[in-house]
Amino acid sequence: MNAALPIIALAFVGALGLGLWARAGHDMDMEQWSVGKRGFGTVLVFLLMAGEIYTTFTFLGGSGWAYGKGGPTYYILCYLTLIYVISYWLLPPAWKFAKQHNLFSQPDYFAARYESRPLGILVALVGLVALVPYMVLQLKGLGIIVSTASYGAIPPTLAIWIGAAGVSAYVMVSGIRGSAWTAVVKDILILAVVVFLGLYLPYHYYGGIGPMFSAIDQAKPGFLALPDRGQSATWFASTTILTALGGWMFPHIFASIYTASDARTFRRNAVFLPLYQLMLLFVFFAGFAAVLQVPGLTGPDVDLSLFKIALETFPPWFVGIVGATGVLTALVPGSMILIAGATLIAQNLYRPLAPNATDASTGRLAKIMAPVLALACVGFTLYGGETIVQLLLIGYAVVTQLFPAFFFSLWRRNPLTKAGAIAGILAGVAAVSVTVVGGYTLAKLFPGLPGPIQDLNAGVVALALNLAVAFAVSAFGNRGSKPNTASA
Amino acid sequence: MKHLRWLAVLPPAGMLLGPYFLNRVEPLVLGMPLLLAWLVGCTVATAAVMGLVYLTDPANRDAGEEP
Repeated sequence: MNAALPIIALAFVGALGLGLWARAGHDMDMEQWSVGKRGFGTVLVFLLMAGEIYTTFTFLGGSGWAYGKGGPTYYILCYLTLIYVISYWLLPPAWKFAKQHNLFSQPDYFAARYESRPLGILVALVGLVALVPYMVLQLKGLGIIVSTASYGAIPPTLAIWIGAAGVSAYVMVSGIRGSAWTAVVKDILILAVVVFLGLYLPYHYYGGIGPMFSAIDQAKPGFLALPDRGQSATWFASTTILTALGGWMFPHIFASIYTASDARTFRRNAVFLPLYQLMLLFVFFAGFAAVLQVPGLTGPDVDLSLFKIALETFPPWFVGIVGATGVLTALVPGSMILIAGATLIAQNLYRPLAPNATDASTGRLAKIMAPVLALACVGFTLYGGETIVQLLLIGYAVVTQLFPAFFFSLWRRNPLTKAGAIAGILAGVAAVSVTVVGGYTLAKLFPGLPGPIQDLNAGVVALALNLAVAFAVSAFGNRGSKPNTASA
Repeated sequence: MKHLRWLAVLPPAGMLLGPYFLNRVEPLVLGMPLLLAWLVGCTVATAAVMGLVYLTDPANRDAGEEP
């Protein structure tokens, strides 16, 4: 028993309590549960959108990448900023359409825009393929954080079970409202902890930020910039664009669009959320501080760099606070993933196949699916082995394939037909699966290409194929089945 | 003032093209490697430009924006 453990437990219980309290005074029908009755103002939407993007990946992975890869890490800052620039123009029309048609989930949007139930089912399946590994990543991160910060007192497996059970409980009771209010605590805590770590560690070990970077540059020349080949400038630009486009296509992130009470919320957030991304800078600083202080971590262990250096630097009670912050970075996105995933299963896989389903019965099923989905994710986390890393890579690349169909649905005259949208998504997903599973890069596929082109993210090829197929099928397709033209 | 929205292209362009020209560590700017400092600058510029776009966007002026 040490001081870290009670602090982590307190954060967990506090988050659960807040999540449960968020229900007070609200009837939990489907619209309240999934999308907060479309009544969230600027601040809650801000926290939801920031909350789902500051995941354990940002906390452990951002510092881990800085520690393990150096310069290429900067792309995280860029893509998160671009995401919000895009949001200024893409989200308001999508929100408007969703409100007019009373939509609950991301597949609803595609199904309604293209007047195609099969497209809705396809999008739901693609979404689930992306969500499950994302959730598994949160649970894995949770296990690592709790076992490290508790100095081994709680094994990762136990932490994963407790975390999954806790999230399911408050998700079932409070829905998205619980997530938003837990995000309030999480963001205050993470802001304070990250800024402190990012400043204290460089000053403590190197005497300042500048001296730290000088020391790293001397020990590892070129580490703080991009390499000439591989993760070069071309890789940087293509990866930044791809992830920024794909970001909004994750079902739980897309669904947060629906929670807003008016369209201006998004435009206002597009001004402030880029500034908020500067918090990442301090995550990077902490990761860089670890480079020369806790050397020798390789492979997946780089994600431990932040905690390793915290353990060496701070007393147990502060390690507990860092651990508590880490736990919340897993719980908030985890809860949103469960809500989005459960809504997807009930609304877009069960409902189209059950003609007698009502709003009430679909809502009940969604709440029951939340713990079922959590259980499946725990299973994957504990028994999935290394394959989950593959799944996650696929998940990221796969959701990006939804972007063309979404983008063109916002046009006044959508050039894509429903058959075109479906064919494009299928082609893109197939291309992604082949390249990611096979570990192909452009350099391996086309050794004859000039160097900079070889460094393009392989996802670019899948997206190009997606577009080509979508336009070809739309051009040759049935003219009679024109999709909904945008009313925005 | 709607054409002001095209300003929003600039900071992202800086982020995507910057690494081709500023991919170096020295000199440190505000203690950060040159490339990182440039990207941070672009992030701040993004917020500033989006603020300007927001203030001049006619879509935000009329009170009622119900569908």
